[in-house]
Amino acid sequence: MSDIAKIAVRGLKKSFGRNLVLDGIDLDVAVGESLVVIGGSGSGKSVLVKCILGLMEPDAGSIKIDGQEVMGSSARERERTMQKFGMLFQGSALFDSLRVWENVAFGLIQGRGMERARAREIALEKLAAVGLGPEVGDLRPAELSGGMQKRVALARAIAAEPEIIIFDEPTTGLDPIMGDIINDLIIKCVRDLGATAVSITHDMASTRKIADRVAMIYKGRIIWHGPVASLEHSGNDCVDQFIHGRAEGPIKMEVRAL
Amino acid sequence: MLDFLASVGRVFLAFLAAAGRLTLFALTAISYCVRPPIYLRLIGRQMVDIGYYSLPVVGLTAIFTGMVLALQTHSGFQRFSAESAVATVVMLSMTRELGPVIAALMVAGRIGAAIAAEIGTMRVTDQIDALSTLATNPYKYLVVPRIIAGTVTLPFLVLVADIIGVFGGFIVSTYKLGFNAAGYLGQTVDNLRTEDVVSGLIKAAVFGFIVALMGCYTGYHSRGGAQGVGAATTYAVVSASIMILLFDYILTSVLF
Repeated sequence: MSDIAKIAVRGLKKSFGRNLVLDGIDLDVAVGESLVVIGGSGSGKSVLVKCILGLMEPDAGSIKIDGQEVMGSSARERERTMQKFGMLFQGSALFDSLRVWENVAFGLIQGRGMERARAREIALEKLAAVGLGPEVGDLRPAELSGGMQKRVALARAIAAEPEIIIFDEPTTGLDPIMGDIINDLIIKCVRDLGATAVSITHDMASTRKIADRVAMIYKGRIIWHGPVASLEHSGNDCVDQFIHGRAEGPIKMEVRAL
Repeated sequence: MLDFLASVGRVFLAFLAAAGRLTLFALTAISYCVRPPIYLRLIGRQMVDIGYYSLPVVGLTAIFTGMVLALQTHSGFQRFSAESAVATVVMLSMTRELGPVIAALMVAGRIGAAIAAEIGTMRVTDQIDALSTLATNPYKYLVVPRIIAGTVTLPFLVLVADIIGVFGGFIVSTYKLGFNAAGYLGQTVDNLRTEDVVSGLIKAAVFGFIVALMGCYTGYHSRGGAQGVGAATTYAVVSASIMILLFDYILTSVLF
């Protein structure tokens, strides 16, 4: 395994007005590793991945992909870096105006200039890899159930065989069985591609299944990270409260009394 | 008093900031218009949406505008015994002013709103972020085709509107006001100059750019779910309509 981290984040800061969301995040993800970032709603998980993807400009800090600094890179360099990434969005974010196969093949056709016929073949292969038949390829996203949309979004994320895949709340909004199916597909796809994976979730069943390593974000900082096996014995009260879903503990939710 | 001045200052600064953001957006979009890749298929689709599907509404508006113009001109010019100028007035009004403005306002209502709603929905459902993660520049894929299609297509629509509007005036003048058909057409053609039509087409290109730009800008920056998309749609139509009338004045002062 290479000594250079696939993703290296140092001192990342981001605030919106007076609201400091990321307060000096330090994070390394090794090549081929599956890191799951856990944390409550509004803790900054989504902002962290949006900064890594270049969808949001951090206020300060450094983000390196394969040892290359991406902060302040030009639009062209950014597009090149993005070719290393695949992303599964929380709401799937499928393009309504395109058919399912065109959604899956989008990155191949537009991003890599592949011929449509060849891209369609690959799209149907990827749909098969997530358990969807070729007949689904000609449907529109609006004709699919939430679970099927998630699978199509997963097929789109892996279609261009990216080196890094980011999963944003992959099981949110799905029933437990479909959630477990998606978890299995994530493990299979990441293993088959040999990709590095970063997932953000607050679903602990999903975390325990797909993570090699877990990091917890709280008040804009990584307060604990370690192998998934040591999650139950982290020795951190915040982590302990979070993974067991207790209302009482050091993490105070801002809830107004009725 | 100081509070009042502070409020005025805040509004003025907010206006300047908004104008700056719009200018930067427009310059970025223009710079991407000349940089590959150019999505010809998307430009073609947008041209069909903006041009072909707007023909019925623009045609209907133009014919009634021409008809009303003939009636009003005839009634007003009767006071000065100048009814014979109806054909020239209808032609000049349609080609120089009403053709471009009416067509642009109709397209702003139909297409500006549709662009804002489509791009706004893509924004609030993360589809624009998804484009970026698929190594596709959202400006090039979403904004540039619409701006090119709007700028190129509206002049053609206006040309059609000019012809239909003049035809509307011809119908009313010959069937209702008792003008001689050959004389009316002869007067229209004799007094028509190239610059009358060209100035209208230049205006149309600028208005087409404005409609597409405002639709893309408001949609691209929409926030807050369905309510945000609704607000973006309204803002796109209102701001495009005001800018069309503002630029109509500016262009008229420059061109004539």
